[in-house]
Amino acid sequence: MLPTLLSQIVNGLVLGSLIGLIALGYTMVYGIIQLINFAHGEIFMIGAYGGLAMFTYLLPTFVQQQWYLALPLLLLAGAGVSVGVALIMERFAYRPLRNAPRLAPLITALGVSVALQEGVRVFYPGATAALPFPKVFVQGTWAIPVPGGTVPLRWTGLLIIVVSLVLAFALNSFVNNSRMGRAMRATSQDRDVARLMGIDPDRVIVLTFVLGATLAGVAGILYGADLGFINIDIGFQNGIFAFTAAVLGGIGSIKGAVAGGLSIGLIKALGGQYLPGGTAYDYVWIFVVLIAVLVFRPQGFFGETERVRA
Amino acid sequence: MTRRRTIVTAAILAGALGLTACGTNREEEPAAGGAAAGACDTGKGTLIIGMVAPLSGSLSALGLGMRNSAQLAVDQANEACSVPGYKLAFQPEDDQATPQVAGQAATKLSSDPQVVGVVGTLNSSTSQTVQPILNGRDIVQISPANTGPALTLGEAAATAPVRPFDSYFRVATTDLVQGPFAADYLVTTAGKKSIAVIDDGKTYGAGLAEQFATRATALGAQVVAREKVGEKDTDFSGVITAIRALNPDAVYYGGEYPVAGPLSAQLAAAGLAIPLMGGDGIVDAQFVALGGRVGDLATNIGAPAESLPSAKKFIDDYAAAGYTEPYSAYGAFTYDSTNVIIGALTTALADGDYTEEKRADIVKAVQETDIEGAGGSISFDEFGDTTNKVLTVYTVEGDSFAPIEGSTGAFEG
Repeated sequence: MLPTLLSQIVNGLVLGSLIGLIALGYTMVYGIIQLINFAHGEIFMIGAYGGLAMFTYLLPTFVQQQWYLALPLLLLAGAGVSVGVALIMERFAYRPLRNAPRLAPLITALGVSVALQEGVRVFYPGATAALPFPKVFVQGTWAIPVPGGTVPLRWTGLLIIVVSLVLAFALNSFVNNSRMGRAMRATSQDRDVARLMGIDPDRVIVLTFVLGATLAGVAGILYGADLGFINIDIGFQNGIFAFTAAVLGGIGSIKGAVAGGLSIGLIKALGGQYLPGGTAYDYVWIFVVLIAVLVFRPQGFFGETERVRA
Repeated sequence: MTRRRTIVTAAILAGALGLTACGTNREEEPAAGGAAAGACDTGKGTLIIGMVAPLSGSLSALGLGMRNSAQLAVDQANEACSVPGYKLAFQPEDDQATPQVAGQAATKLSSDPQVVGVVGTLNSSTSQTVQPILNGRDIVQISPANTGPALTLGEAAATAPVRPFDSYFRVATTDLVQGPFAADYLVTTAGKKSIAVIDDGKTYGAGLAEQFATRATALGAQVVAREKVGEKDTDFSGVITAIRALNPDAVYYGGEYPVAGPLSAQLAAAGLAIPLMGGDGIVDAQFVALGGRVGDLATNIGAPAESLPSAKKFIDDYAAAGYTEPYSAYGAFTYDSTNVIIGALTTALADGDYTEEKRADIVKAVQETDIEGAGGSISFDEFGDTTNKVLTVYTVEGDSFAPIEGSTGAFEG
């Protein structure tokens, strides 16, 4: 039974690191402007469609056939499209509501989410149904030998784990060590005082959206390459998981988003295997754990308790 | 500032209305049959044949084939002046494969006094909400695709059948036949003895999987796992790991191709080189595009249209009409369903003009149908089920499903 246990842990790590990558976008935007950007899941979905469009309509055949040429271009296209849409969204949907009561941008975010999803459905050719995604990485499976059998790990799954962790570390060191990162932290602590220190909060906020959207776009491409197809619902479903991961890890915390994502992946995989009800109930366990954590530690694993603002 | 905001709001509202208010989908003057229809006497007005099917969403490959096939039947009836004095219009409504949306579509159709019958739905779950709405107005409904037994036989379909709605008919056979038929093939013919059964928890998928599992067990095979996946799930690694440890030699999936295709691909990726078998809901080329593998199996209702001499005319006419989408799994049966309604309409209007009271006569005429259709002979038993219980096993060859020679037959219990 060891191979089964390890296989489920591998499944959990693959899903969890992807969720964590998306969750970083939720957590950073919340950290800076206290907005739960529900449209972030759709940014992930649009990244996948951006990469698909690039592959289908722009790449010449000889590039399509070489994954090591196609994959970097797709990642760029996915990140580029996600960033573009996120910038438009920030400028026209969220910035006008910067000083409005918190509920207004929240409802706007839900509206943007629906608009983006329906926009892709109506305007992307064939997006009313699932579309096959190109195989832009090594296909096949690494059968890891363990006592009693083997543990299958798709090469694309391994790619997701590696890329997600590298990007999360890079983001963490950017926020903690760079000048711009310090400006982000300052803006998150107190926007008005940061402005007095010569920081332009609008620039910081735009940068936050750009970083989150880049990660989401990359996640969209990795997701499509791993599963071989995409549809317009992937944004909503994975967005909800990612939001849950951000809350579980402590919203506003980068470490927390990754820890929350990995927890959700592992709970889903192991809960589906070993807890009563089987895989039909795996979503239930995610939210049972979320509720339990929120009862005993409302700020999540790594979150700070909310300060009262003067 | 305020004015600018008002303008922006108005613009957004206008845009939203433009997107949602597509208005009616009815086409009053079909481009194809326009000239020919002019030759018939249509002085008594226009009667409408409706359709409720998934025209968008993940199942649209099947739904669009249904729409085009019904359109073809209506166009041909207009050209042939099949209903003297009336022009027929076809009004397809999108149900997005969602019961709640299907209910809205049915309400919209049933509120129109000129609607004489409805073809559809595709999903058994959507028919559950459509049936009572249409039945309340005596509008006949014929489904080319519903296989859920309860739709015609009531909740206790297998033991104490009771027909719930007199206006509902179907030309597809039920899963009481399809599930066991699949089990006979997979266990007896293909020799699979250790089978993992997975379904999507919907009316169609769960019912089909249950019927399959019961028969497979009776035939001496072992159902080693009974798992469920979500209709919108995309990553099935958890389920696959759970069944991988049990060493099945085949997987039976109750559900539709948007899940079945990726599921088959992920089975292979996890090192399980075993065939996946499903029902009529996975018989579409999209199954292969989404990851279905060569050697995967499926049962479908009826005999393969390509092999029936009666279907040749349908296939040729469909090609000649130049639709962009293929007629897909239910094309021939949809064409037949539409023709049954048109035929019943002609019978019911033989002794008088159309009024809403005539709808009951149309239902009665459908009940007495006995014709040779593109998909085989069509007549209905006392429950509204087809008496033609033939099924065929298909397998993936190249990039689409092909019928297995000699597998067409009926399940005799």
